[in-house]
Amino acid sequence: MTIPTAAANIAAGCAAPDQSAPLPASVDLQKETVITGRVSTAEGEAVGGAYVRLLDSSGEFTAEVVTSPEGVFRFFAAPGSWTLRALSRFGNGELAVTADRGINDVALSVATA
Amino acid sequence: MSRDTALVSADWAEKNLDTPGIVFVEVDEDTSAYDGGHIPGAVKIDWKTDLQDPVRRDFVNQEQFSALLSAKGISNDDTVILYGGNNNWFAAYAFWYFKLYGHESVKLIDGGRKKWELDARVYTKDVPARAATSYEAKAPDLSIRAFRDEVVEAIGVKNLVDVRSPDEFAGRLLAPAHLPQEQSQRAGHIPTAISVPWSKAANEDGTFKSDADLAKIYGDAGLDGSKDTIAYCRIGERSSHTWFVLKELLGQENVKNYDGSWTEYGSLIGVPIALGDEPGKA
Repeated sequence: MTIPTAAANIAAGCAAPDQSAPLPASVDLQKETVITGRVSTAEGEAVGGAYVRLLDSSGEFTAEVVTSPEGVFRFFAAPGSWTLRALSRFGNGELAVTADRGINDVALSVATA
Repeated sequence: MSRDTALVSADWAEKNLDTPGIVFVEVDEDTSAYDGGHIPGAVKIDWKTDLQDPVRRDFVNQEQFSALLSAKGISNDDTVILYGGNNNWFAAYAFWYFKLYGHESVKLIDGGRKKWELDARVYTKDVPARAATSYEAKAPDLSIRAFRDEVVEAIGVKNLVDVRSPDEFAGRLLAPAHLPQEQSQRAGHIPTAISVPWSKAANEDGTFKSDADLAKIYGDAGLDGSKDTIAYCRIGERSSHTWFVLKELLGQENVKNYDGSWTEYGSLIGVPIALGDEPGKA
């Protein structure tokens, strides 16, 4: 996998950039609220290819990304209450997050119902 | 137009991978997804390098589209089955192009890559070899494409459907939340637009909701069935998803996609913008 440059990472499109790439240098952490983390199974195995959605405080869909092979995901949100929800071949998981400006690092585990 | 003519299930797709006259096409913005594994036999179309003009801000013209499909080995009489990531956003965008350039038979796989992945169906890294064709695109059907002046004139007159997330609609976010928020355009929405996030139309696994559910969602949101409709988002791909729902699944007449969307509208000098969760006044 090629690591995109900062420019490619914030290109005009809407698709999610490579989730495991380092934060582009142009991202200003004084302004951005980054919610990032890793999806894993109950046994602690990273889950790549999981679909992680960010839901707002009313439960409405805000964004979705696919985790990197290392299970990593990342959102650029705003300070406040959010819910993360993951779907994968290995089951689903959910987590409430209260985010502040800067980097908010969380762990999200999935399990079959 | 209906579900039967515009949509196939993942099951149907899997049973028809080797059917002559059917070409599977994966459409993504990030084509590393295809490179890492795709539906057997599928060719790839890159939303950015294949479907956008490399210089001007516009999509490929009739000649460029003909050349693209010829190179991909797609014929005018093939049935094209599209799918992709991001809940089929870019596949729906490509579907809209195929319709715009007059392709006869084109369908989406319900749920796209996500449904395929969650069902744990098989992927391959093998890239198919298809002989080049002489594809001839028709003149663009502008009855499904809206431009900016028409959008400004539609304020308070036609249905404007903003399909971005509620926070983007209200002006609290400038871009989808997986992208950095520093953007050049102003925040907010087109006055009188109703907010119906594209995601309302899809189940969690990326498949479309039932026709009855869809009709209720847009009816409850205030879509007036007697008026023409223009859908928009930020760059026109999420609104292609909603355009597909309104035009192809629900069979509404006169539905256009405004592909300039917020990145164009929010940069225009002097046009009205509404802030907050309400549509606002004309």
